[in-house]
Amino acid sequence: MSAIREIRVGLATCGIAAGADRVLRTLTDSLSSAGMDVPIRKVGCVGMCYNEPLVDVVTDDDVVTYGNLDEQSAGRIVTEHVVGGQPLDAFRVDTDGFLSRQVRIVLENCGIIDPESLEDYRRNGGYDGLQRVLTELSRQDVIETITESGLRGRGGGGFPTGLKWSLAEREAGPDKYVICNADEGDPGAFMDRSVLEGDPHRVLEGMAIAGYAIGATHGIIYVRAEYPLAIARLKRAIADATQAGLLGPRVLGADFSFEIKIKAGAGAFVCGEETALIASIEGRRGMPRRRPPYPSQSGVWGRPTCINNVETLANVPWIVRHGADAFASYGMGKSRGTKVFALAGRIRHSGLIEVPMGMTIREIVYDIGGGILDDRPLKAVQMGGPSGGCIPEALADTPVDYEELKTTGAIVGSGGMIVLDDSSCMVDIARFFLDFTQKESCGKCTFCRIGTKRMLEMLTRISRGEGVLEDLDALIDLGEKVKANSLCGLGQTAPNPVLTTTKYFRDEYVAHLVDKACPAKVCKPLLRYAIDPDTCRDCKLCVKGCPTGAITQGDGAYQVIDPETCVQCGRCEQVCPFGAIAVETGKVEAR
Amino acid sequence: MNTLSSSVRRTTSADSSPPGGHRQGNIIPLLQEAQEARGYISEEHIDKVARATGVSASVVYGVATFYSQFRLRAPGRHVIRVCEGTACHVLGAGDVLEALKMHLGIDVGGTTGDGLFSLESVRCLGCCSLAPAMVIDEETYGRVTPSNVGKILDAYRKEAIE
Repeated sequence: MSAIREIRVGLATCGIAAGADRVLRTLTDSLSSAGMDVPIRKVGCVGMCYNEPLVDVVTDDDVVTYGNLDEQSAGRIVTEHVVGGQPLDAFRVDTDGFLSRQVRIVLENCGIIDPESLEDYRRNGGYDGLQRVLTELSRQDVIETITESGLRGRGGGGFPTGLKWSLAEREAGPDKYVICNADEGDPGAFMDRSVLEGDPHRVLEGMAIAGYAIGATHGIIYVRAEYPLAIARLKRAIADATQAGLLGPRVLGADFSFEIKIKAGAGAFVCGEETALIASIEGRRGMPRRRPPYPSQSGVWGRPTCINNVETLANVPWIVRHGADAFASYGMGKSRGTKVFALAGRIRHSGLIEVPMGMTIREIVYDIGGGILDDRPLKAVQMGGPSGGCIPEALADTPVDYEELKTTGAIVGSGGMIVLDDSSCMVDIARFFLDFTQKESCGKCTFCRIGTKRMLEMLTRISRGEGVLEDLDALIDLGEKVKANSLCGLGQTAPNPVLTTTKYFRDEYVAHLVDKACPAKVCKPLLRYAIDPDTCRDCKLCVKGCPTGAITQGDGAYQVIDPETCVQCGRCEQVCPFGAIAVETGKVEAR
Repeated sequence: MNTLSSSVRRTTSADSSPPGGHRQGNIIPLLQEAQEARGYISEEHIDKVARATGVSASVVYGVATFYSQFRLRAPGRHVIRVCEGTACHVLGAGDVLEALKMHLGIDVGGTTGDGLFSLESVRCLGCCSLAPAMVIDEETYGRVTPSNVGKILDAYRKEAIE
């Protein structure tokens, strides 16, 4: 067995939330009390969130990955593996299935390098791209490289990045802006946070290259205030890069100056839209405006502005280093390169993955995601967050491609992929997203402001069993109108979750409307709770748990629920240790 | 493509006001600072920010009420934020929220009578693999269930008594 070179501990938000800082403390203490001088590298997130906290023990020729650790198991890693030389099979996690089918461009350093170390980044080829751009390439060359690579906006729009840059390049300077859109608002998408926390210099380098290409001297990162760790690491990275002459006046001695500032967002989903984001930077309410003029013509403070998403910019240094062809060799059709997805929901391996464009949804869910929790059947995959749609299992062989996904009614979007099984109710999912977009509508356009509100009311009625069949057509009709009559992407896409679920899961809507049943047993008002006298052991835990006193002693040694008093909170089902609570839905059958 | 690029050329920005002079751009950072220091934005803060940025108090109020980050009332000693992201929703965040409401006797946006807890919901904490998740002050709790929220709250209550 070869010597241990270092120990890596994943310390992104997700790792810390799972207890990684306690694991780190134990490792540090145990190593020092064992008198071992093994360096500990604090790294970002490798994407295997389902196994956090994660620790890698790195030797010259091997990496042993341990997962789901706590203080005790972390201590044993030191005593048995580091000191004793015996890897602990009990805590080892298999990385092959999860990592082998991925292609990591954006995430190449995440979980490998120390995000707070400029040296680490440089050792892995960091800032080589910027150096090459400044010494060998003209502005036009850079734009051409990006255009040839086929890179498109990874924030959801899919606009060709090279074209975006060339539009901004044509505008007269000198005060031009590059904005990194890190206002990751889609619930269920956290790739931008992970990149900013795990590899912040990559984003700075991408911005500096964009700045050089379009002739900008100012960079602004607009980042969600809910990401304090990302902000802290970005600040550190900007300071270190400026000190090293990689940002600031005369970058690397070239005739190019570029400074980057951070603007913390304040919690408004609509600010992901370019013109709303600009309004927010300027200190106003984040309301979108009509285009043209486009931001490339008149953006921040009326200056030409190029806005790119975090993931888009994180691709740029790699493309410059490896060439446009290498990037374009991945993917299919007009979707080249890779895409990062956040896998979550009813899936075994929830986490962050990066796959070549063109991989099918089924491959992602089963080959990388490890399949559905409890081996239940896949029902649908929700893609693109509140702007996206639900792709049913029957279409799971659709490849991840901007154009192909659009035909299903969903979008690639920012990359949230929420896996749903038969325990998920599609009416509930549609209602969940409508509730989101309705609250986040800025209120400027009537159809978005009032239309989403009316749609939400209809969905709420349906989920309570108070709807009528006509509601379904009215819902679809209004959805089409909201799409057609809203100014920005928020309103134009808000009906997508409703339109896709009514298209692919119409039966489920009909069940709610006609049979007053929720087949997935999610919509509480449509459920009835009863106690099975044969299973009930009369422990009375349910009686204590019931908030309305609906449970009383039956004729024998069992309890009964009064349907009139029951509010369907489901507490009895949660507390019953014997599984004696039966949940039924639909009309009461004649007995 | 040609028409687009020519229109882009025609409408080249004529505005030449210098970036340094945009005081209004400081409204959000100043409000964030104030909230960081005091936990919420008071009327007095709004007036102060208005004076510092050269706009009317109504403009600052408009900004403060547009963004969900800003609170206009003092929060409780501990702020509970329940994640309402998609993964959390699918895995039962709604039940967790109901349980919290019942334990605390308040609705989302409320503060308990003893001033110990405020209950808020948040769009997505970005730790979806720990769903359902919630944050109390800075501490993140993952895989929360309706039956273990009581225990989590008790720890804070106990600490308050001590």
